[in-house]
Amino acid sequence: MKRFASLLLCLCIPAALAAGTGAPTIDIGKGGQCVEDAQWMRKNHPHVLKHQRDETVHQGVRDTRHSLKGCIECHASTRDNSVTARADSFCVACHRYEAVKIDCFECHSDKRKSAWLQRNAK
Amino acid sequence: MSDIDLKRRNFFKTSLGAAAIAIAPGILLFDTAHGKAQTVSGKVRWGMLIDTAQCREGCNDCVTACNRENGLPGATSATAVQWIRKVDIKNTTTGRQVSLPMMCQHCESPPCVDVCPTGASFKRVDGIVLVDRHLCIGCRYCMMACPYKARSFVHEPVSDQNPDVPRGKGTVESCTLCVHRIDNGMQPACAEACANKAILFGDLNDPDSEIARKIRAVASVQLRADLGLNTGVRYQGL
Repeated sequence: MKRFASLLLCLCIPAALAAGTGAPTIDIGKGGQCVEDAQWMRKNHPHVLKHQRDETVHQGVRDTRHSLKGCIECHASTRDNSVTARADSFCVACHRYEAVKIDCFECHSDKRKSAWLQRNAK
Repeated sequence: MSDIDLKRRNFFKTSLGAAAIAIAPGILLFDTAHGKAQTVSGKVRWGMLIDTAQCREGCNDCVTACNRENGLPGATSATAVQWIRKVDIKNTTTGRQVSLPMMCQHCESPPCVDVCPTGASFKRVDGIVLVDRHLCIGCRYCMMACPYKARSFVHEPVSDQNPDVPRGKGTVESCTLCVHRIDNGMQPACAEACANKAILFGDLNDPDSEIARKIRAVASVQLRADLGLNTGVRYQGL
């Protein structure tokens, strides 16, 4: 039991330190298994999205695996169905922390399609 | 071979079959859930045939459906975004009146693509003329080049877009033939909304398609055929 408690302590200390550095808290929505490794995605998601966007617009490839819509489907908050609405929303939390402006949502919807359909069904 | 061996072999055979049956629908469902991964085919040429005899004067259903599908505000002022308009024309000599919908004619040799300085205005291999708004700088050369006045510039900030139809301020846009619907095997919103079936949508290159059979059988014209643009949208009864 003692050993278990010390192990727990060891695990908690780095987490507490990390939280102290002001790292962003992110609402990852439904989350779950991402299409790629999370660390790889942190670094490469702009390239992946840009590649997919050109293929979709010019060649009609509607594969959702690397599409912006695919990201939003999993990562929009379960509270407001958005990836940009609040300070801890999936896209905003990191981009604000890193001070990188995103233009995607000037044109693209930040909402899940299901949420949009629900609101616009008349 | 002993009896036990045979039984064992049969057991393996049936369990393999059962496993295949159990897994196959899962794989198929996974594929559909993730959308189509292949590129569109250049063998197809999407087009429309509009039967003006079936188009009722005063009916605006196609315009309303387009505005709703693509999230357009629906205003008709000089600077408003309009992808499809209803036009009433009258022959002043005979007095004959015709009502018809006008939108991007999806030319085979589109002038808007010729003049675009950034390559944003382009024609997809299946004949749909589009604007890649990631590349559009909003110079509006294409709007001046288009003989049909089919393109609009977005002057105002846009919010609450359809997730399938991204659009925003500072870019030019026009009828996309509802490309997001076509890629999922559906009809454009205007063709689906027309109660009189005045808009027939289909593949002009497929000799067995309904539209190809109809343009073979009845007289139809391209608007401003003198320009030699070979439009994808044709009109019957003009």
